[in-house]
Formats: sequence, C-alpha cells, structure tokens
Amino acid sequence: MDAILLQILNGLDKGSAYALIALGLTLIFGTLGVVNFAHGALFMIGAFCAVTLQRVLNFSYEDVDESQKDFLGNALKVKTPYVEAWFGPEFGGAIIDWAVPLAILFAIPIMIAVGFIMERGLIKHFYSRPHADQILVTFGLAIALQEVIKYFYGANPIQTPSPEALSGVANVGALIGMDFVYPVWRIVYFFFSVVIIGAIFSFLQFTTFGMVVRAGMADRETVGLLGININRRFTIMFGIAAAVAGLAGVMYTPINSPNYHMGMDFLVLSFVVVVVGGMGSLPGAVLAGFMLGILESFASMNEIKSIIPGIDQIIIYVVAIIILLTRPRGLMGRKGVMEE
Amino acid sequence: MSKSAFSRRGVLKSGALAGTGLALPTIFTASSAAAFTNDPTGSSVTLGFNVPQTGPYADEGADELRAYKLAVEHLNGGGDGGMMNTFSSKALQGNGILGKEVKYVTGDTQTKSDAARASAKSMIEKDGAVMITGGSSSGVAIAVQGLCQEAGVIFMAGLTHSNDTTGKDKKANGFRHFFNGYMSAAALAPVLKNLYGTDRNAYHLTADYTWGWTQEESIAAATEAMGWTTVNKVRTPLASTDFSSYIAPVLNSGADVLVLNHYGGNMVNSLTNAVQFGLREKVVNGKNFEIVVPLYSRLMAKGAGANVKGIHGSTNWHWSLQDEGSQAFVRSFGTKYGFPPSQAAHTVYCQTLLYADAVQRAGSFNPCAVGEALEDYEFDGLGNGKTLYRGDDHQCFKDVLVVRGKENPTSEFDLLEVVEVTPAAQVTYPVDHPMFAGGALGSCNPGS
Repeated sequence: MDAILLQILNGLDKGSAYALIALGLTLIFGTLGVVNFAHGALFMIGAFCAVTLQRVLNFSYEDVDESQKDFLGNALKVKTPYVEAWFGPEFGGAIIDWAVPLAILFAIPIMIAVGFIMERGLIKHFYSRPHADQILVTFGLAIALQEVIKYFYGANPIQTPSPEALSGVANVGALIGMDFVYPVWRIVYFFFSVVIIGAIFSFLQFTTFGMVVRAGMADRETVGLLGININRRFTIMFGIAAAVAGLAGVMYTPINSPNYHMGMDFLVLSFVVVVVGGMGSLPGAVLAGFMLGILESFASMNEIKSIIPGIDQIIIYVVAIIILLTRPRGLMGRKGVMEE
Repeated sequence: MSKSAFSRRGVLKSGALAGTGLALPTIFTASSAAAFTNDPTGSSVTLGFNVPQTGPYADEGADELRAYKLAVEHLNGGGDGGMMNTFSSKALQGNGILGKEVKYVTGDTQTKSDAARASAKSMIEKDGAVMITGGSSSGVAIAVQGLCQEAGVIFMAGLTHSNDTTGKDKKANGFRHFFNGYMSAAALAPVLKNLYGTDRNAYHLTADYTWGWTQEESIAAATEAMGWTTVNKVRTPLASTDFSSYIAPVLNSGADVLVLNHYGGNMVNSLTNAVQFGLREKVVNGKNFEIVVPLYSRLMAKGAGANVKGIHGSTNWHWSLQDEGSQAFVRSFGTKYGFPPSQAAHTVYCQTLLYADAVQRAGSFNPCAVGEALEDYEFDGLGNGKTLYRGDDHQCFKDVLVVRGKENPTSEFDLLEVVEVTPAAQVTYPVDHPMFAGGALGSCNPGS
C-alpha cells in the first residue's frame, strides 16, 4: 500500500512538470497555431536562470590563506561571496541558500523577454507555413539554444540545491495513519504547479484579456473583425507560455541537477501529453500530464516490470496509442483542431 | 611481298606491357609485405583523438582533449615534459616518435557508436591516423575498437570501464589502460566489509547497457562472496532523468544498502534522488542505510554536489595522489589549464605516452610490432604504481583507488578523498575468468 501511494505521489510530481510544459505548448498551439518544438528549450533556459542566479549570488572575492595549499602547492585562495561580505554570513548565506525560489523573480522577466524575441524574431515568419516547417525551425532553434547553454555552462549537470529548510523528507504517511516519507521539495513542486495552472486558468477565465484570447482561440477571424488586435495578445500569450515553461524549469532544478539536454528529455513526452489531452485543449493537457505521470510511475514498479519487462520505457506511448485509437481527438480535443 | 603481322614497334610494346603485367603482382606483394595501414613516410606522424565533443560526456571529452594536446606537446619536446620525466621507460626523447613530429586530428564521438565509428573511419582513411584513441563510454569504445581491428590500426582505449572491452569484445589491436568493473568490485568489497559488515542487504539500480550489466555482475558477486544478500537488481533505462519511481520501491524493500551502478548524468540524478528520499538518514534492520557508487568521477561528483559526502566508490586515478608521476602530471596540466586533471585526462595521457613509447621501443609504427611491444610490458612512473599491460587480454593491471566523497572540501576540486589504495594483486583475475569469457583476442591486423 505504501508503495502504491508513493508511486501516486511520484506520478503527481512527474505529471506536474509534464502538465506545466504541455500547458505552455497548448497555449501556443491554441493561440498562434504553431507547433513549438523549442518549448523544451524554454524549460531548460528557465532552469539555467536558477543556475545563473546561484552563480551571481556566489560571486566571490579571494583571500590568500598561507596556511592552506591549493592543488599546485601554492597558497590557497579562499573565496568569500560578496553577498556574505555585504549582508553578513548569516543573512548573506540565507540569500544564497534561497537562490532557487528567488530565481522565480529573476526568471519571469527573462522568460517573457525570451518568448517575445523568439516569437517576433523567428516564429512569426512561419505562421503561414506548413506545420512541418514550424516543427523543423523550432526544433533547430531548440538545438541551437541548448548548444549555447552548453558552451557557457558545460555538458555536465550542475548542482542547484533547494533551500535547507525545504530539503529532506516529510512524513506524509502520518496524515493518513501510515508511515512513509516523501521529499519536501517535491511536495513544494507539486503545489507550485497547481498554483501556476490555477493562475493561468483564472487569468483566461476571469480577465477581459483572457476572454479575448479565448475568443481568438475559438474564432480568430471574427475577433479580428471586431477591431481587436488579436495578434498582439497572442504574442503576449507566447511570452506567458514561455514564462510558465521557465518557471517549471526553475523549480525543477533541485529535483534533478540541470544540464543543457534537459529540455529535450521532456519535449517528446510533453508532446505526447498534448496529443493525448487533445490538441488545443488546456484542461486536456493538464489532465493528460498528471495521468501519464502517474502511469509512468506505476510502470516503474518492480511488480509491474516483472510481468511486462520494459513496460516503464514504453507505457506512455502504449497509452497514447490506445487513447488515439479510441478517441482520435485525444481526451478533451475539440473538433476541427488540426483537421483539414 | 608478304607483310609480317608483327612489327618491331608492336613487339616492343607488347613485351613492355607483358613485362609490367608479370611484374605487377610481385610489386604489390613486396609492397604489402612491408607496409601497414597509414605507414607514416614523411617527417610527421598523425594520431587520431576520438572524443565526445558534443553530447552528455562532452566535459570528459574536453578534459581528454586537453590531456592529449599536453601529451603531444611533451612528445614533441615542449612544456615541462610532464610524466615523460617520471616514466620508467626512457625510450622517448622529446623529439616526437621515431624522430617524426607528432601531429593530431580530432573527431567527435557524440557518445554514439555509429558517430564514433564514422569519425574514426574518417581519421584513418582521410587523415592517415596511425593510431586511434579516446572514448568516454564502453559502448563507443567497443565499437571503435572493432573498427580499428578491421582497419589495421592500434586502438588505445580511453575511459571505458565495462568488463567486455577487454573481455568478450577484446581485440588484438585494442589496449586498455583504464580499470574495469571487476577491479572496482574487487577493490571496494573489502572496504565495504570493514565499514558496513558482512550482514547487509543490497539493492542495485543499474544502467541498462553493457557497462551497467558488467558493473552490476561484478559488484554483486563480490559483495555476495563476503556475505551480503542481493535483494533486487533493477535495470533503469539509460535515458532516465528522474529516478524517483525507481528509488521509491527501495524504501520498503528491506534493503540497507543501495548500489548505484550508474555513471555520468545517471549517477548525478539517481544519487540526488536517493538523498532526496532520505535514504541516507534511514535506519533499516538496526543499521544505517548506505549508498555505494562503484565508479566515481570527479566531474560527476561535482554535479552531485554535497550529495556525495561520505559515499564510497572507486576511481582509476585522482589528482591528490602524492607519487612523483601524479604530481608531475598535475603540475603540468594544472599550470597549463588552471585546474587539476580528471581521471579521464590521466588515462588518455598515459595511453598516448604508452603508445609512443611502444613505437619507439619497437622501432616501427607497424601495429603488430607496437602490440608486441605493449604486450606483457611492465612500467612505472605514470601515477598508478607498477603496472602490467597483460598480453593475454591487453588489460592494464595496477593499483585501484577506493575513494569517499569529502565531508569538508577546501575547494571546488577537492571533492573526493582517497581512503585506500588497493594493490594490483588484489584486483588481478585469471584470463579465463567467467566474467571475461566469450571472446578471443585474435591476431593483430596490420592492415593494407
């Protein structure tokens, strides 16, 4: 029983990342009609916003300590972060410790700007081109972006820990009279994604801007005829989608040390999530994200793998095939989306 | 007047052609008897450095490339000479190899077997490389080793730790300086026994490819031999990034030791996940839960950060060693690049010197002569103590380091500390050991 509950929690956690990325993908597809294969790269850039802030906060000056030697036998240069020198070791240390949550503030403007530049600078030139062209250009962009990140940060994963107060495990089982633990930061990640998903849905549901965007998603031409500059709003939505992917990346860094390839690792799965959820359906993307996350976790259980070896590697695709055979438009797909 | 069908000119022409035709086979036979693939005839010789310059092991590849360039500099008489000064063989004079200036070409393996083979093929066929070296993955090393055997050039393997490289997939033209999974297990087991006792239940998570399989087989056999029980062996896809769903079942498995047969990004992520799930604070069967990483790399330890503290593993070499050879190499590399070399850099530097030395001693670049010079060759002064290049399988036998993640590092490089230097005799195995069975070395191929 403990094992099943743990896998459900794991699945919700994985599903959180899938759902956030798939949500952004669907927003872009639903508004601009673009299949954005660079969306995984946005997730990766978000993660590297956290890495960058961590490095900025760790900018240090050096004191020569004659009593210690470096690897060449010279006097050791001891590094002290400027932040600790300015604010004292305790408060300065706390700022460095909280680098990942602080990176949220740092990442939002950067990701929106990256989204704007990406959309205005490249993707808008491909609106009228076939989906295959859009896929090729955005996939190429993703490769270029990850190579840029690798050039500056190297290929190896970079440790980006969670704040001390939010590391370790919580006895989640005690809430239901059982005894099992779960990492605190993973719980934080799940609730964070729920808040972001809730905020996006509220924004679209309860604001005038959101209402116009939804109207544009349903009938772009009519909204345009009403004198509304729907393209501008869609560009803003691209920026918001980029920010969502970026925030998902920032908060993911303590779970797995980020590397330049992490976006690609999520990209394919997130596209499967979008297709299973139904192209253009925001609730579908979220539902499919969590569902596939949970199924993937269960498929990794030894009991399941002993019955069907290797199922953990193909479960998502098997489920996708079954769903598309029975519901060709996905779980919550609408008629007419990506249908000639 | 009758006209003869044979003119003087015609007879001469026919005779010349027939003579040339008859002589041709002899020319070719004589030539091929002496020649071998890419016999360097000019004033220089080209070596092929085939390393991952893109892909997940690009940092290891970059460090390997730095070491190769340093080795070339030293072979050509530049720099401070590095480990050439401490190497027990004094055949190398700092004037290249056999008086020929050493040049090199580089290729990108991308940590993919097909790309690595294509890159090696291009270096052999287009650039005239007489030796290929490199690799940061056993799959790649085995693939390139096979190609070099077919092409008739020597392959000096870089970072490859699978038993199969010098086991079932060994080749006469291939040589490995790096240690292997069996040696890691043989070095680690006694240390683990002293630290954690003989009554332990181990749970293995293993990368699902050649290196992972042989590493798991080796460490499971070594720990079982000292009394440990293997609770479970779970294979994880190489492409995995989040290991939480593989770690969660460990919590209630009854295991009190987790063995992570992972390397690279897999190791960083699985170790991070294991620590996140509180395994290090867990007490099972009245014992503290322990994590073991059989193959450590400093570059990877950096990725795992504080999670490596106190965790034991093995490594081929570490920059903190105090022998003359290691210190000379660290000084040379550190002065040139500003940071200490990794074990990947060390092994490829050694391989380059060992190849050059073998050519020098053999007096020829012919792969068969070079192979003969390397086989059963004993040397010292390259940072691992006395070392033997065993002729039967082309595997180096030398001391193995057992290391531990350092609790209080003094710098970003000071991540591992050596807890034991396991003597070569303790990690040596017979040629016909079952874990290495299944393949034949064959005979050397000089090519063309």
